[in-house]
Amino acid sequence: MTSPFSLSRFWAMVLKEFVQMRRDRLTFGMMVGIPLLQLILFGFAINSDPKHLPAAVVNADPGPFSRNLVSGLQNSGYFDIRGGGGTPAQVRRLLDLGQVQFVLSIPSDFSSRLLRGERPEVLLEADATDPAATGNAIAALQQLAEIAVARDLTGPLSRLRRDEPPFELRIHRCYNPEAVTQYNIVPGLMGVVLTMTLVIITALAITRERERGTMENLLATPLRPAEVMLGKIVPYILVGYVQISLILVAARYLFDVPLLGSLMLLYAVSLVFIAANLAVGLTFSTLARNQLQAVQMAFFFFLPSILLSGFMFPFRGMPGWAQGVGEVLPLTHFLRLVRGILLKGNGPAECLPHLWPITLFLAVMLAVGLKRYRKTLD
Amino acid sequence: MTDAGLAIDVEGITKRYGSHTVVNRVGLQVRRGEIYGFLGPNGSGKTTFLRMLCGLLTPDAGSGRCLGYDLLREAGRIKSRVGYMTQKFSHYEDLSIEENLDFIARVYGVADRPAVVRRCLEQLGLTDRRKQLAGELSGGWKQRLALAASLLHNPELLLLDEPTAGVDPKARRDFWEEVHRLAAGGITVLLTTHYMDEAERCHRLAYLAYGDLLASGTPAELVRTSGLRTWRVEGTGAAALVSRLRQLPGANQVVPFGNVLHVSGTDAARLEASLTGLNLAGLHVAPAETGLEDVFIHLMERSRDNFGGKERAS
Ligand SMILES: Nc1ncnc2c1ncn2[C@@H]1O[C@H](COP(=O)(O)OP(=O)(O)O)[C@@H](O)[C@H]1O
Ligand SMILES: [Mg+2]
Repeated sequence: MTSPFSLSRFWAMVLKEFVQMRRDRLTFGMMVGIPLLQLILFGFAINSDPKHLPAAVVNADPGPFSRNLVSGLQNSGYFDIRGGGGTPAQVRRLLDLGQVQFVLSIPSDFSSRLLRGERPEVLLEADATDPAATGNAIAALQQLAEIAVARDLTGPLSRLRRDEPPFELRIHRCYNPEAVTQYNIVPGLMGVVLTMTLVIITALAITRERERGTMENLLATPLRPAEVMLGKIVPYILVGYVQISLILVAARYLFDVPLLGSLMLLYAVSLVFIAANLAVGLTFSTLARNQLQAVQMAFFFFLPSILLSGFMFPFRGMPGWAQGVGEVLPLTHFLRLVRGILLKGNGPAECLPHLWPITLFLAVMLAVGLKRYRKTLD
Repeated sequence: MTDAGLAIDVEGITKRYGSHTVVNRVGLQVRRGEIYGFLGPNGSGKTTFLRMLCGLLTPDAGSGRCLGYDLLREAGRIKSRVGYMTQKFSHYEDLSIEENLDFIARVYGVADRPAVVRRCLEQLGLTDRRKQLAGELSGGWKQRLALAASLLHNPELLLLDEPTAGVDPKARRDFWEEVHRLAAGGITVLLTTHYMDEAERCHRLAYLAYGDLLASGTPAELVRTSGLRTWRVEGTGAAALVSRLRQLPGANQVVPFGNVLHVSGTDAARLEASLTGLNLAGLHVAPAETGLEDVFIHLMERSRDNFGGKERAS
């Protein structure tokens, strides 16, 4: 008579949620707005071609080659050379203070050694705390510097033009030797956006019913807990897919992130991740007494997710306990999945080891949520 | 085992919140097709009791059957046969009238849903406004929508929690016509109310105070078993006499109704003697029918005496 799960009751719930979602402009705006906002904000950090980075030059060489090298850098537009006078220690201090991002040190015998064909060293110290910003400038510098100097090696000096550059550029990445590449960020952002918005939205789902008094009506109907929970999850899975698509389009066309693997596979594995986040939110929703508590719980879940998943800090650099916590979180595994698929072109076989922990998490969360969902008002 | 003619047959239903017993060993028998009124002061446990009947709350003690199904073990079956109208509007304010009805119809698995919803809108007279959000409706219309929604799935039992609170007299009369029509069609109605005129329209009544069921029966039975006899004291200046009349030996209570005072007591002979001994000029004293209101006030006063006994003693 009253079946444990009725498709039509479940569908009634889904339809209702869709209509309410459409009416709730603020939440709807948040679901589209947050991914866009984050993309734009993070967009500066992952700008693949940042220009006018402040740099200082310690030029001890009075010769023509060093001057040309410096003006060549200046003209490239990548470096905004400021200061320069002062002792090496003073200039180095600018780097410490973060007033410049690069210090280029040219030794006094640069021109003379270059002429002797001895490949003099030029030292570039880079503030790599923001590796995404410095990485590309360094790459650009290497080429530009060679071209700038090589241009002067004409006539009798053309013998100095060899296959290898006429001088050696030494690079010290200061503060953050393990350079995280920009490509990590956009795929990571996908997981972060999904975690942030989906957990909060569903955390409010049942608390809102309770606060508005509609729970009393809902509980008086033959609706079963599973129908209510799944009915509230399904519409937001679609929302998650819209968010993923937004980010993928931005990744491809705004930030030139390579999309090597199968997008189908990405969408498929995302389903589990999205559902896991929604289940977390729903479980919070059954635990929270009011909407504020629900949002707080969502925040407490969000923090470790963003800090311990490998989004912010390299996962392998974290202490053991933090890695342990990280391994439990769906975001950790999703980051590996997305990076694997998008950047390495991973296939289903490589995805499996990261997929089952999320699936397990989802199952446990759903079970807790269903158990906690009170069939009565007690 | 159970009487097939009973829609509700429960015994010893108890609900506690912490140390506070909100519903205290309440038993209730309601016949099929009957309109049963539930009265009692605010906070006496009426809503809590209704919620236990439709499976929204689990009783801490007690047992019984609702529509022939076990109250504790067959809540699912009961839910699909009961229409429950909550005290506070609990449909979705951000859904339209039609969407709310459609949702309820789907959830109850109503056959021929579009037609049922359309007919319901017609009967409500809301066909033109069906796209309006439920939250924009006035209190009276919300009430009507809620009643209509609770009827969509043709329930056998209607539980209506203060269905006419804050509703204008015309809408109230329409509502009662509808309730009587439904009862005539075989639906059992259990409702709570604070209005005496509504109590008189019920087939039978129960009076609940601070969790205890103090009395139940037909209106006439309640009057008879209360043992109250009532006199009316009429005339200009009667209102000024309230406190004096309350001191009279044998007068349990004095209730003003405009220029008329109802003086009631359980010891009829003593009260009559006191009243005739008063001999007040310009005032007319005559025996009157004891009304339900007199009975309920009497019940409430008595239970307050018991309930607040300690307070009084101090
Ligand atoms: N969830 C609850 N927790 C604690 N006390 C409650 C709860 N629900 C109701 N009560 C108390 O139970 C008593 C009866 O409430 P209720 O059934 O709403 O009375 P009525 O409907 O007759 O006005 C009140 O004193 C109320 O404060
Ligand atoms: Mg109430």
